[in-house]
This record gives sequence, structure tokens and C-alpha cells, in this order.
Amino acid sequence: MPPSPPAERGWLQRGLVFVVFLALLLLVWEGLKFIGGDPWRTETWTWDPPLKIWFASDLLLPHVWDIFGALANPVQRGTDQSLAGFLVGAAFYTWREAAIGFVVGAVIGIGLAALFVHSRLLERALVPYVIASQTIPIVALAPMIVFAFGQEVISVVIIATYLTFFPVTIAMIRGLRSPDPRAIELMRSYAASRWSVFWKLRMPASLPYLFTALKISATASIVGAIVGEGPGGIPDGLGRAIINFNSQYVSGPEKLWAAILACAVVGIAFFLIVRAAELLALRGRGMRPEIA
Amino acid sequence: MTDSAPPASVVRVRGLDKQFTAGAGAVTALSGIDLTIAAGEFVSLIGPSGCGKSTLLRLIGDLTPPTSGSVEVNGKPAHQARLGREYGMVFQAPVLFEWRTVEDNVKLPLELLGMDRSERDARAREMLGLVELGDFARHHPYQLSGGMQQRVAIARALALQPDILLMDEPFGALDEMTRERMNSEVLRIWRQTGTTVVFVTHSIPEAVFLSTRVVVMSARPGRITRVVDVPLPQPRNDETREDPRYFRVVTEVREALRAGGGLGEEAPLASEERVAAEGGIG
Repeated sequence: MPPSPPAERGWLQRGLVFVVFLALLLLVWEGLKFIGGDPWRTETWTWDPPLKIWFASDLLLPHVWDIFGALANPVQRGTDQSLAGFLVGAAFYTWREAAIGFVVGAVIGIGLAALFVHSRLLERALVPYVIASQTIPIVALAPMIVFAFGQEVISVVIIATYLTFFPVTIAMIRGLRSPDPRAIELMRSYAASRWSVFWKLRMPASLPYLFTALKISATASIVGAIVGEGPGGIPDGLGRAIINFNSQYVSGPEKLWAAILACAVVGIAFFLIVRAAELLALRGRGMRPEIA
Repeated sequence: MTDSAPPASVVRVRGLDKQFTAGAGAVTALSGIDLTIAAGEFVSLIGPSGCGKSTLLRLIGDLTPPTSGSVEVNGKPAHQARLGREYGMVFQAPVLFEWRTVEDNVKLPLELLGMDRSERDARAREMLGLVELGDFARHHPYQLSGGMQQRVAIARALALQPDILLMDEPFGALDEMTRERMNSEVLRIWRQTGTTVVFVTHSIPEAVFLSTRVVVMSARPGRITRVVDVPLPQPRNDETREDPRYFRVVTEVREALRAGGGLGEEAPLASEERVAAEGGIG
């Protein structure tokens, strides 16, 4: 086989590192249960671990295969739908809420930053409130939003928006101010309008900052949607699933673990989508490649 | 951009003063500047750091307002000349937009002018040909050397076919070899385009090699102490650098600088270095 080109080798290597580390993690997980968990029982064989590690019990740390096994089982007695099928549906539902909030939040964040960069007065007057808004815990705010907008998807979207706009605003204030002062002078020497300076210089110069913020917001918007689904009374998403499986934890802890796994997968997937968009938007700038 | 009867002088500076507010007080950057530059001249401004040579260039380009006095470009106030896009600007750093290809960087001023696409393409090709970077049109800035990047900046500055080209220590960051090559390059472009050039430098050989006149300045307050004519024949080339007359003019400029207190003394960080931060929002 001819040697792979460097870029391809990089991806292979990265994939390999990921798989090896995952295997190691699972090994430690089951290793802990092997030396300090509850007894392992199959039909023909029983293993009694020599130690007692409290968090390695089947209740707090279910076997990996039990979690994956639960995915194949029906989500509840008397239905055909598997837990996996249910979680995929719920994950997509939650992702959609989060994505709408993410887009709206990003637009608001960019808009606010554009406003602040062009008006010191507005910046001084409003930025303290933007910061203060983020000190209010979402669990306190969510019921108010639901009270105002009803138990509708819109409430969940607003909560996701609320968590998205802040990182974008802060990063974009910085990003829109990032051009070299001489680049601004260059534009002035061409008698460029503020509009042109914004679209041809400030906006493209801010993109690396924007994407850093969007990667934070991608995961934050998912968290916002999940948290908002509870008070929002939305039955179809991961948030409700988590609340339900939480109440069933003692009888089936692996269901909650499976739901947590689904949350993680959605978050990572959304992050990767933003990352891909970033690579596309910033190609040709000659920046060093990075993993995140 | 050229009137039917072009004025003989492209730049007319009269009784110019410039002060910067620094903390509580004011620093006088320039005082009593009078300077007239004729069409087609190549004029260098030279002096110790803090003499206000970059500030003078920025005043000519209307990138900063004068405290008193007047700057006329093509017979109009500098402000109108800027709005009329009558000059091109080259800084010490290339200031290329890294998200644009080489040709798109050159097209930037043409887009701002509202020139249509086909005309833009043709002009950008022409300008890149002028700086001999035609093969690099689709490259991104980071793929070019410092000298090549500065040539792109020159092509961009010339894209609007300006009457006057303002260059602020454009080769200060380049190594000596590249700098000499760029000097010859600039002279060739100057001959080919007939543009008036105002060139800020702190290199005496560079100023003498390039210019038809060298304006010598001194610091605190910045003022013009002497104007030295450079009677070297055109076109100039590597032999010019070995011409005894060249050395005579270099000596003359050096002595003029020394007489103005410009040599052998390190000036403190001057207002002109701070100016870059003053740009603010366009």
C-alpha cells in the first residue's frame, strides 16, 4: 500500500487515539466494578468482587453492557418502541429546539456586538445588563419564561437563545474590534462607508472569534433546551426523558445513563457541525489546525 | 481623476501645525510646515523618529486633521481628495486581508468604488502584472513572503490609478537585499505609471536612491530643516548606488540630518507611533 498523504494520516491517527482512549475508559469503568462492584452473575458463573467501592455499585455505575442492552429493550412495558429509537427521536426534537435558539441567539449576539462597537454610549449603558442577565440561574428564569409564553416550544427556544447570545455578544465585541488599526485607516483612505468597513473588514476579521463563541454556544443551547423542557412541559424531548428516567432510577439506572449518553452525543454532534462550518468559513487563512 | 488642466502642484502644504493631546498637555508633532510637491515627483520625507514624518504623510492623506494650516491635494482640500479617492496608501506592514486571495485584495478598492466585475478582474490582473505577481493571483497572503506581500499592497494602492501614492516606511520591515530589490521595483512602477510619490523612510541610502527630492526633518517640534535635490540621472539602477554623485548626495542628507540633531541621538517614543491607535472607527 502506498503511504497515505499527511492529512489523511492525521485523521487516521486522531481516530485511533479516540478509539484507544474510549477502550481504556471502558476498561477502567468495568475494572472498577470487577474489583469493587456488586457481584457479577451469569447463568453459569458468579464473581464476587473482593473490595467494596461505593460508587462502583450497579445502582451508581451500571455495567456498560447493561446500558447498551437497555437501548435495545422497549422504552416501557407494553410498547414496541426501543429505548434507542425513543432517545434518537427525543434527541432530534431537543436538537431542533436548541438549533433554533442557537441561530436566534447568534443573530442577537452579533447584532448587539455590532451596536456596541459603533456606540460607546450604548456599550457602557447596556453591557452591564448583558452580563447581569447571565448571573440569573436558568432554573429561576425558566418558569417565568414559561409563564409569559406558555407551555410551548417557543419557551424552550427562548431559553436556548438566552444561553447562546451571551458568549456570541462578548466574543463579537472583541472580534469586531480586532482589525489592525491600519486596516481601518486603509479603508478610510478609500473613503469606505461604515457599512463597507463593517462587512468587508470587521465582520470577516471577527469570524475566528465568532466560531469560538459558537462552539461554546452549541453545547450551551443544548443544555438550555434540555433544562427548559421540564418547566416548559414539552413531552417529546430529552429533558422530559431525563426527568422520567430520574424517577425510575432505582428500578432501572441504565435508562438514565442511556439518556445522558444521548445528551452527550447530541452536544458533540452539534459541536462538530459548528466545527465543520468553521473549517469551511476560515479556509485559506493559513491558521494552524486544531482539534476543537 | 485627472482634470483637463491638471494643477502643476499635486500637494500644497501651507503653515501646517499638528498637536496631539497627550494626557494633560499637548505635544507639538509638527510646526510651520510648508511643502509643495509637483506632479510626477518622487519625494522622500526623512528624519529621526518623532520628527512627525509619518504624521505629515497622514495629514496629506487626510487620515488625521491638522491643528492649523492647510493641505491641498490636486487644488482641493485633502479631505475632498480622500473622498474622491485620489491617493493610494501603503503602510509599513502590508495590511492584506488574510481571508481574501491576492487578487481579491487588489480588488478591494475597486469594489468600494463600485466598479463592475469584468472591469475589476481586468484591472486586478493588470496591477498584479505590474508588480510581477500575476502567477500568484489565487494565493492567500500567508503563502507569500514579506516582500511579495508588500508588492500586493502596492498593487492594491495603485489599483485606483491614484494621482498620488503615499508610502509610510513600506520596506522598513524587509531585509536589506529584498529592500534594494523593492526599491528598484518601486522606481520602475513610478516610471511606468507617472504617479507622484511621497515616501517616508529613515534610511538615507533608500531616500537618495529613490527620490527626486529629499525633505529632511528634525524633531521636537517636527519641522522641515532642509530640502535636498537629487540630481542623479534616470532611470536609476544598481550602478546608481556606486555613482560618486550618489555618495555626495547621501553625505549631504546625512549632514543635513546631523545639523538638525537627527543623528546620534535616540528620540523617545514619539507621537507618530501612538497615532496608529488613534484610527478608531472609520
